[in-house]
Amino acid sequence: MDNMLIASPEIFLLTATCAVLVIGLFTSAKSQIIYWLSQATLLVAFLLSFSQVGDVQSVREGGQLTAFSGAYGIDAMSTSLKSWILLIAIGVFLYSRDYLTDRRIARSEYYVLGLFAVAGMMIMVSAINMLTVYLGLELLALSQYAMVALYRDDKRAAEAAMKYFVLGALASGMLLYGMSIVYGATGSLDLATIHSLLTGGGVGPQAMQSIGARFGLTFIIVGIAFKLGAVPFHMWVPDVYEGAPTSVAMFISTAPKIAAFAMLIRLLVDGLGSLNADWQQMLAILAALSMIVGNLVAIAQTNIKRMLAYSTISHVGFLLMGIVGATAESYSASMFYAITYAFTTLAAFGVLVVLSRDGHEAVMLDDLAGLGRRNVLLATVMMLAMISLAGVPPLVGFYAKLSVLKAAINADYLWLALVGVGMSVIGAFYYLRVIKLMFFDDPVDSNEVHIAGDVSAGLAVNGLGVIVLGVFPSLIMGACIAAFS
Amino acid sequence: MSDSSFPILSLAIWIPIVAGFIIIALGDRRARPLAAATSALTLLVSLPLYFAFERGTAAVQFAENKAWLPDFGINYTLGIDGISMPLILLTTLINVVVVISAWQVIKDRPAMYLGAFQIMTGLMVGVFSALDAILFYVFFEATLIPMFLIIGIWGGPNRVYATIKFFLYTFLGSVFMLVALIYMGRLGGSFSVLGMHTLELGREQQMWIFMAFLLAFAVKIPMWPVHTWLPDAHVEAPTAGSAVLAAIMLKMGGYGFLRFSLPITPDASSRMDTFMIAISLVAIVYIGFVALAQRDMKKLIAYSSISHMGFVTLGIFIAFRLIAKGDDAGVALGLEGAIIQMVSHGFISAAMFLCVGVMYDRVHSREISSYGGVVNTMPIFAAFMVFFALANAGLPGTSGFVGEFMVILASFKTNFWIAFLAALTLILGAAYTLWMVKRVIFGPVANDNVAALTDIGRREFWMLAILALFVLLVGLWPNFIGGVMHASVENLVQHISIPKY
Repeated sequence: MDNMLIASPEIFLLTATCAVLVIGLFTSAKSQIIYWLSQATLLVAFLLSFSQVGDVQSVREGGQLTAFSGAYGIDAMSTSLKSWILLIAIGVFLYSRDYLTDRRIARSEYYVLGLFAVAGMMIMVSAINMLTVYLGLELLALSQYAMVALYRDDKRAAEAAMKYFVLGALASGMLLYGMSIVYGATGSLDLATIHSLLTGGGVGPQAMQSIGARFGLTFIIVGIAFKLGAVPFHMWVPDVYEGAPTSVAMFISTAPKIAAFAMLIRLLVDGLGSLNADWQQMLAILAALSMIVGNLVAIAQTNIKRMLAYSTISHVGFLLMGIVGATAESYSASMFYAITYAFTTLAAFGVLVVLSRDGHEAVMLDDLAGLGRRNVLLATVMMLAMISLAGVPPLVGFYAKLSVLKAAINADYLWLALVGVGMSVIGAFYYLRVIKLMFFDDPVDSNEVHIAGDVSAGLAVNGLGVIVLGVFPSLIMGACIAAFS
Repeated sequence: MSDSSFPILSLAIWIPIVAGFIIIALGDRRARPLAAATSALTLLVSLPLYFAFERGTAAVQFAENKAWLPDFGINYTLGIDGISMPLILLTTLINVVVVISAWQVIKDRPAMYLGAFQIMTGLMVGVFSALDAILFYVFFEATLIPMFLIIGIWGGPNRVYATIKFFLYTFLGSVFMLVALIYMGRLGGSFSVLGMHTLELGREQQMWIFMAFLLAFAVKIPMWPVHTWLPDAHVEAPTAGSAVLAAIMLKMGGYGFLRFSLPITPDASSRMDTFMIAISLVAIVYIGFVALAQRDMKKLIAYSSISHMGFVTLGIFIAFRLIAKGDDAGVALGLEGAIIQMVSHGFISAAMFLCVGVMYDRVHSREISSYGGVVNTMPIFAAFMVFFALANAGLPGTSGFVGEFMVILASFKTNFWIAFLAALTLILGAAYTLWMVKRVIFGPVANDNVAALTDIGRREFWMLAILALFVLLVGLWPNFIGGVMHASVENLVQHISIPKY
């Protein structure tokens, strides 16, 4: 079935983004029209994407719905991930608005680049051909490099952008190299074809193919690990988070993780699924290292953006721990982890962005001191996010940890699960420290925090979501399991 | 397991939790009456658990079962037996006392304070009634959050250190239990606690699972040598926080041993019993001496709690020696002694902390040396304090005597020296408690602060009187709680006397 309409969310998004780009040239810097147009674009794309959930379910037996000569397809995983990416992007734009206005950062560009990045993520999620994966990834990455550099008068932002660009380009190169080797070994770029060619191999030409494919697999994993920020390919993460404007760091740390998860599934499971014995080991090591290094180094940070960067690294470790099992259960566990992680981090960064007012960046941990007395809403949302990231029940982060732990234990990776829980205790320390600063300490800066009504409503919904999804985790869990059944 | 028509347990869990959030949302002005109403309502709701309880059976009662996370096989399963029911009532009762104690004392953000205690009460009832392992874990861990905030926001000068230590210690203990629970869920295909009781587990598996449970529950109860968080947390916590911590949160550890360690890993528990008895005795004797050396009243009571919890673990783990001798009555004696000791300690330790709180509110010092001759200015209070101190020392006729006596009696049936060391507590407990009372209550008026003291008012009187009533009730009529647990304890004894492999 070749039906271009299945790509309607992406088609709409790209068209509307081009329109926003042009309109942005003719509007004054003060008007909020670009912001509202961008939000409307995301909302419509979300509705389009959400409406496909039903279509996908009705043809579940037939597998994917494909288009563009098999370069693009949708399935249960892609539709639900795309809906989440769009929702989170809406939240990112909402929290960023006043921050960008305050700082006079080239505003329409932020939204346009953000929309392009979202389009890139959606393409990554829906790609079923290696070239399409790469196309989506580059669209995302190039937009992000530019977003980091948006604050062009800031030296650190420029430095961060340069680092990000160089390392990101290197990673893309690795990934592309790996893909080319896999192409050389199998003669196909189509992930499903590669999968069927590699399955059942053991003798004759198929054995040759799988040795070549294994060689390529290593490079692909390096590329993915770079993009995810897994140890030992994590060096760029803290520098970029620290140097980038907070609103951009928020963007980078949330939705792209969902897209990176999807890319991982597409390449390793849909394409190289029969080599799982090889990539399981590699991912297990990456997962353990990420959890250990991320949590331990985060303790030493005084800059909250760097702390959250190392926290991201440790969560990438947990996410990989889910996939290590290489079963449908483990993929859905990781999917749940990716979604809830992005959602919770959105709340945490949202508070930081809102707190960064009038040229004062809330970047040091002490900026949060006494927040509980200055603004209860912000402090409560931040507290919920921190407790959830620490993995304490009954918040949603606990169920994410529970699901990946369960997946790892069921796949006989008990040692990895033990590393994970041990590290989550260490992680709890630096999350608790944030709560301690906000609620137990006296404020250093006693200025009142003013927040726009819609932003505080958004934060309240975000914080409430962390609780509600914690009490009723099956709200998303069902979709995650359906994606891989 | 039959589902009850009326979800009493759910109500006892969710009324205080929901009300707690409402109290926080409505703000400080209406906090006190709302909290009082909530705690009274929760207590009322939980009363049928005692009066409608069927005593002759060990079956799960008031059961509720709903699918919660069907994809994971996790259910919202509640139910109680004779072991958990007294603890639930203890929780709802202490909650009422807590609200009374905080009525005037807490000036800073009272809505948050009272709300947090209501939420915690609901969560603790959940711990004692959850019969799904993951649900249990959720409640077990969730109680950390309100307690973390209570100590951190309203605690003493060193509160940050104490509360983070408290959180991390207990968190570290319990995460490995989570791994063990998931592992057993995988083996048995279900997270039902009762299902895990009958799960076939080999020697190695039992040892690892036992260790995971031990880490969780030994930290919680707490056993020597992982007890060090407790004195810090107790000392820094506000009065009501100390009372709840000592009266109920510690009991989660003892309850965990009875509900998880013993029935799920009976053979590992049996193999480890010498070790467990040994560290229980260390807690009883060594910590007793440590308590003797304290100059801070709250610290003294905290160490006395650890020492008393040593009796709980001793009563539990002495069981296997008696089983080896075929003395089932003795096993039941030890286990029931442990449970009665938990309940009794709930009343007495809460009362002791509230007594210290009464003095602290007036003088703002917890040092024993700041007092002396309190009886001259606060005669009614002094009567209460002496009464609770005697109960803490195990005076016959008070609840403190019953549990200790039963456990010592059970110990005598196995080994004289175990019983001898355990019985040392009767001397040590009397020594550290009464010596404190002597220095604080009796003697001439020590300084101007004491001379200026005013005796307790109506609120404080009733708060202490309620607890005194129950201390006497259990002391004079132990069957008041002993009666409800016989069937469940006998069932447990039957279960653990049969090896799993």
